[in-house]
Amino acid sequence: MRHRAIHALFALAVLMAGTAGAVGASGKASTADHSKFEELAGPFDSGPAVTRACLKCHTEASHQIMQTRHWTWDYANPATGQRLGKKTMVNAFCIGDQSNEPFCQSCHIGYGWKDKHFDFSDASRVDCLACHNTGEYTKPFGFAGNPVTVRSEYPPGSGKFVEPIDLAKIAQAVGPTRRDNCGACHYYGGGGDGVKHGDLDSSLNTATHALDVHMDKDGLNFRCSTCHVSDQHAVAGSRIAMTAADPHPALLRGEKSERNPAACQACHGDKPHKEGLLAAERLNAHTDTLACQTCHIPAFARGGVSTKMAWDWSQAGQLSAEGKPFQKKDDHGHVIYDSKKGAFVHGQNVTPAYQWFDGRVTYTLLNDTIDPTTRVPINVFHGEPGAPNARIWPVKVFHGRQPYDTERKTLLVPNVAVPGDTSFWYNFDWSRALAAGAEATGAPFSGKYDFVDTQMLWPITHMVAPKEKAVACHECHADGGRLAGIEGVYLPGRDRSPWLDRLGWLAALAALLGVSLHAIARILTHLRKED
Amino acid sequence: MSHTTPMTRIYVFKRYERFWHWSQAVLVILMLVTGFEIHGSYHSLGFERAVRLHTLSAWTLLALWAFTIFWQFTTGEWRQYIPTASKLVAMARYYMFGIFTGAPHPYHKTVQKKHNPLQRLAYLVLLALVSPVIWGSGLLYLFYAYWGRLGLDGWLSLEQVATVHTAGAFMMLVFVIAHVYLTTTGHTVFAHIKAMITGWDEVEDEIDHTGTAPAKPR
Repeated sequence: MRHRAIHALFALAVLMAGTAGAVGASGKASTADHSKFEELAGPFDSGPAVTRACLKCHTEASHQIMQTRHWTWDYANPATGQRLGKKTMVNAFCIGDQSNEPFCQSCHIGYGWKDKHFDFSDASRVDCLACHNTGEYTKPFGFAGNPVTVRSEYPPGSGKFVEPIDLAKIAQAVGPTRRDNCGACHYYGGGGDGVKHGDLDSSLNTATHALDVHMDKDGLNFRCSTCHVSDQHAVAGSRIAMTAADPHPALLRGEKSERNPAACQACHGDKPHKEGLLAAERLNAHTDTLACQTCHIPAFARGGVSTKMAWDWSQAGQLSAEGKPFQKKDDHGHVIYDSKKGAFVHGQNVTPAYQWFDGRVTYTLLNDTIDPTTRVPINVFHGEPGAPNARIWPVKVFHGRQPYDTERKTLLVPNVAVPGDTSFWYNFDWSRALAAGAEATGAPFSGKYDFVDTQMLWPITHMVAPKEKAVACHECHADGGRLAGIEGVYLPGRDRSPWLDRLGWLAALAALLGVSLHAIARILTHLRKED
Repeated sequence: MSHTTPMTRIYVFKRYERFWHWSQAVLVILMLVTGFEIHGSYHSLGFERAVRLHTLSAWTLLALWAFTIFWQFTTGEWRQYIPTASKLVAMARYYMFGIFTGAPHPYHKTVQKKHNPLQRLAYLVLLALVSPVIWGSGLLYLFYAYWGRLGLDGWLSLEQVATVHTAGAFMMLVFVIAHVYLTTTGHTVFAHIKAMITGWDEVEDEIDHTGTAPAKPR
């Protein structure tokens, strides 16, 4: 069975990988040795110089990736009509990209996006190495996504230097995407390992079977791209337009399909449990209401890397007696306070929260009016309880506290990370930081601000545990279990008719009492006769 | 209890009947215990094991019933369950009054009529009312995964089915309580239970007794 699943997966990976001649999870070698290519002999003085060399053979690569969100950071959600994408979205962690591009764009797959004047049509600005390097490639914060090829002081005047890297050596060693390529950004979102997602962190690079059955380094050893297969550089799978339900059998090799190959069902089908006759497909019936992840990811942040569960920006800016920013750590060495960022709460082995979800996500954007008297949802996962297109999903619920405009009732993006006199990390002045952020976003700012409690949801879908560690029946089928409060489904063990219970137990009690009294009466009358 | 009346031993419960009764008793109790755990009334075996045992018991009892129905019809024993109104009131009156005053039992048990009229009525209610409620809802519950394919999902909700099933379980619980107690109302406290174990019961000798003591049965 296991073998068949692996074959199906591999077939799918090959099928979707298109013309790239990608190496799948099996680790088959490429037919090209890039170290023998004259074009890559170097030396290269910049990223775009490498890209121009790549494009001599991979003629369509830049054009392909420039159509994707990895490049644009911009996305019109067809399901909701919202304009999303990292470029303009607000989150509850680092809050927003705009005005912070030179810092944040270390995670853009391009070179030199430092402000809104970035040329999105320049093919040489695509960073091939970000996803295809096999080590030693870095894009340090502050350089707008450029690698450093000459020793550079950063921040300017700090006396700290960033060492250069050899782009030729890196270019000659390129290969298909590996976990650490994707992870370089997707693990570290929010400013550190595991911070944002909770189910994505560097522990997956060397995953054990217990952490993730698919990425197990001694087992299936999947790359991210084994599931997130790509065609013409468009990578499948998205957390802002998710596949929440996929009630179909597994995809077959060669099958034409619009389905999301990253969904579990693409390989496993929607009725994957092999059950005994007595079970009457009980587990398979669960897939009509539950996402696979709900049972098969019992907890997130299981690999020893903690994830942030809360971040309070209103605490930021406290300075030591000497007027210096400082950090505080807990007993495990996790930073729980940072003058630049505020206070944090960390979590490991966190039990997810659960909610109905049909794949539609809406975000609170910069122009949306908020209600500061309640916890503001940064994003909302939609789904009607019990609806056929929705499933109960595990989510990470993150709590933020972040700046908003008290007059306009809108969220604000601060300028934090770029050296300069408006940046919060360099002057600890919210007014100037928020004004500079507003100027970059183009949203009006009244000048009056305060902090508001926010909430952000993250779907939990990685770190799939071995089946024997799946969530046990009684963890939901009980009062006060994992699914307490989830409506739209009748859950034996949790749900019952209170009046029927009262009536039933009363009847049983009455029967007991009746026979007891009858018995006592018999004994008494019998004794009297004996006398 | 009259000690003066001469007693005759009659063979009322045949070997298969006793096997049926006791295995059914075990299964019903097991299903009550596991069922109320699934219901969430208490925690002991764990939900998953309770479900598995409950299902296994259900199938076992169904198989047992298949044999039993066959047995009832081939032996003609099914006639024992035909209800009768005769002496029904007398039986009720006996349990309410006569049993305390030592009045004679109004019903004379014979091999052909081993159940008193109240028993017949109770078993009929069990068979015609409680059983369909429990088995109907229980099988629907068990085959929930197939509702879509059977076209039932638009008609039924799991909540309705579970509620009906629970109601049936409470009825069964009340029956078990009453049934177990009434076993003590024979001519001695354990006479009925002994009869259900050995097959032999003692009945008061009556003038119109046929006198044909049954041969040791097959």
